[in-house]
Parts: sequence; C-alpha cells; structure tokens
Amino acid sequence: MRKLLLVSLSIYSLLSLSSCQTMESATTLATAIGQGAGVISASQADSLRKTAKAVSRSAEEFTSEQEYYIGRAVGAVVLGKYSAYDQRAVNAYVNVIGQTLAQASDLPAIFGGYRFLVLNSDEINAFATPSGLVFVTRGLLRCCRNEDALAAVLAHEIGHIQLRHGMQAIEKARVTEALTTIAAEGAKTFGSREVAALTETFGGTITDITGTLINKGYARSSEYGADQAAVTLLKRVGYDPNGLVEMLNVMKKNLKADGLDFAKTHPAPDDRIAEIQKKGPAYVAVPTPAPRQARFLKALGKI
Amino acid sequence: MMRRGKSILVMVFVSLYVVFSGFADTPKTMSVQVREGQLRITPSFLAEIIAKPAYGDRVEIIQDKGPWKKVVNRGVQGWMHISALTAKNIVLKAGAANVQTSATGSEIALAGKGFSEEVEKQYKNLNRNLDYAWVDRMEKFQVSPKQMQAFLKEGSVMPAEGALK
Repeated sequence: MRKLLLVSLSIYSLLSLSSCQTMESATTLATAIGQGAGVISASQADSLRKTAKAVSRSAEEFTSEQEYYIGRAVGAVVLGKYSAYDQRAVNAYVNVIGQTLAQASDLPAIFGGYRFLVLNSDEINAFATPSGLVFVTRGLLRCCRNEDALAAVLAHEIGHIQLRHGMQAIEKARVTEALTTIAAEGAKTFGSREVAALTETFGGTITDITGTLINKGYARSSEYGADQAAVTLLKRVGYDPNGLVEMLNVMKKNLKADGLDFAKTHPAPDDRIAEIQKKGPAYVAVPTPAPRQARFLKALGKI
Repeated sequence: MMRRGKSILVMVFVSLYVVFSGFADTPKTMSVQVREGQLRITPSFLAEIIAKPAYGDRVEIIQDKGPWKKVVNRGVQGWMHISALTAKNIVLKAGAANVQTSATGSEIALAGKGFSEEVEKQYKNLNRNLDYAWVDRMEKFQVSPKQMQAFLKEGSVMPAEGALK
C-alpha cells in the first residue's frame, strides 16, 4: 500500500521536475530571494546553491524586460555609428508596414514593441535588435522598387528577431556570468560595486551582439532562415514573396564588392535567391495595384 | 485488503491524470511580460484594444484558441497573444511581501532587476558614443490597429485567412 503511494508520489515529483535547468535557475533565484528577504541565513543559502546542479545558462533565461534593455543599448550603438534619416513621412510609412508584418509574426508581442527607423546612409545595410528595433539604410531602400519589396526587407529583419539570432550572438560564458550575477542579486538592493560589475557584463553583451550585427554577420544558415521566415510572413499579410527576389536582384547590381555592408555580412543575393526558390514556386513579376504603387512612390520615390 | 488495493490504484491513476492533464494545458494564470499588454475584443491583431494590462499583472486564462488566450484581467475579459504572457511570476518590487510567498514554488522573475534602467544609466555614462535620444524617439512611433486596417485596405493588401487572427 505504502509502496503504491510512494510510486505515485515519485512519478509526480519526477514529472514536476522535468526541466532540470529551470529547476536549477529557480533554486538559485529562490535561494537568493530567501536570503535577501531574511528567510534563510547566508550559510543555508550557500548549501542550497551547492545542491542545485550547476549547468550552463541559456540566453532564453533573460526576461523580456532585460532583452528590452539589451536591445535599447544595441540600438544606441547603431545610432552612434549611423545617423537617423529624420523624415517623418518616410519613417511613418516604414513603420505601418513593419509593425503590421510584426503582428502577423510568431513573436508579435515584445516588451517595448516593434519600431522601425531609416538610417541616412548609402550603405546597403539593416540591423535588428533583440528588443524589436529595426534599422534600414537609404541604400537598402533604394533596392526596393515596390511596396512588396520593402515589406520583404522588413520581414527579413523581423525574421531575425523572431528567431532570436541577436540573443544567440551573446557568448555562452557571458550569458552564464550575467545570469548568475543577476540571480545572486535576488531581492537585495544593489550596491554600487555590483552595479559596476553588472554594467561591465552588460557592455560585453552589447559588444558580442553589435560585433556580429555590424562586423561579422550571422551564419549563412541564419540568413537563409530569416529569408524563409520573411516569405511566410509576406504570404500571411498578403504581400507577394517575389518582392524579396526582386529586391535581391536590384541589390545584386547595387552592391559594391569591397563594401563593409551586406556585401560583407550576408550571403550573395544570387545564393539567397537560389535558396528561396528551392522551397518556393518559380519567380513571377510582382503585380502591384496602382494605389499601392502610388503611395510607395510618394513615400520613397526620392529616397 | 483487495478493495483497499484497488482504491489506491484508482487514486494513483487519478493523480497521474491530474498531473498529465496539467502538463498538456496552458497554466491557469500567467503574467503579462510586456510593458503594456493589449487586451482585445476578438482574437486578432486588427481587433479593438479594450484594456491595457500592466507589466507583471496576473491574468486568468479561461479559453485557448491557437496562440490566443482568452483572459480575465481586473474583471475585464478579452484576448491576449501568448507571446505577451509568461508562466513566470513577475515580482515587481524586490523585497516586497509577495517575494517570500512566491519564492516557495513557481519560477520567478524580478522586474527592474539585472539589466535594468540603473545599468543602462551607468552604461550611458561610460560610453560617450551612444545615441539614446533617437532610441527614445523611435519608441513613440506607434501604429494603431485602425491605422493598420485602413492601410491594408487602401493598398489592397489582403491577409491570408486567419493570418492576423
């Protein structure tokens, strides 16, 4: 009789502890909070922490609020390097398309919301922060001949956010370091020494992301993944996925071989087109309804 | 003895059922993990927003429809997208009375801790070549569901059925 009860109890506890990593982080955090709130002593806290198996931490453990601050800083770095294209009508047009696309993505709700901004640069470039800030250069907008092509550019960037490529660019050791510091902080009020340490880790995190975003570029597979996400998104909203192919064909002509932009950080447009067409139908010219083309030319005709 | 054994077996199965069914479903209460939640009248992003639950608010889930959850927040019923919610209990004020009770079981996230406004301030002070002014301006670029609807209609952009739902 007792055995039966024990069996059912152990099955129950096994099931409830199915995720070791979650349990470990919960233990660390709960321990720190318990200690901070004065429920347990320092030595008790220490032994509790030791019993929870140490495992490496994952970037997914950052809360949406922390991702927001990471994204803001990445955005501030991008805007320190590039200046904004301060044209209200242009940015409003880009935002209504971008934000509508984002709502149809698999990650529509994000802490501070999706926001788009045009950068005053001839480079062919775009950046997406983990918090939903998306930047596109005038040079990249010049590769778009219709609204469907512009939607494709924005959908590709939303694809990077949805697939969390930015957060994955943070070095693993840094993720563990940051999350451990944050967990140990618990419910205590932070002292200036801890704030300084955390700021240093924060700075490293931002450097990891911007280094990939601006200099190194993502892996080819990530770029193809973002293209695939873009195709799905365009179809959902009602834009023609061939807009992406048309944009890439113009980009091919506009890219300079020695450029420090997409020429350096992205697979060649021809390779991207080939990859898109492997999984989709053959190219057919994008039919653009007159009012759609008229508003596109009004907003971006002189970009 | 036989009867006792049977009734215990039944108990075991009942408890297993409870555990498994609990795993299959979304938790009954979840927390809002975005700065300003959007409670909508129907499960669609083009639907009217009837309330804006705050970050950390607990909502009760009363119905599931794909990625959409029908919830109750402060007495108001409406639909929220799953990406706006987390199973974690978001504790808004560190050291507050609810920290002790919530530390016992469920996973917790402390709002305003870790990479926070305070850390951002320090980071700004240490790095001169940053432009946060434009980041702040960007955050004000808001587009309402009504504007989205009108824009799609004007350009004859027709969402696939259910795409924005």
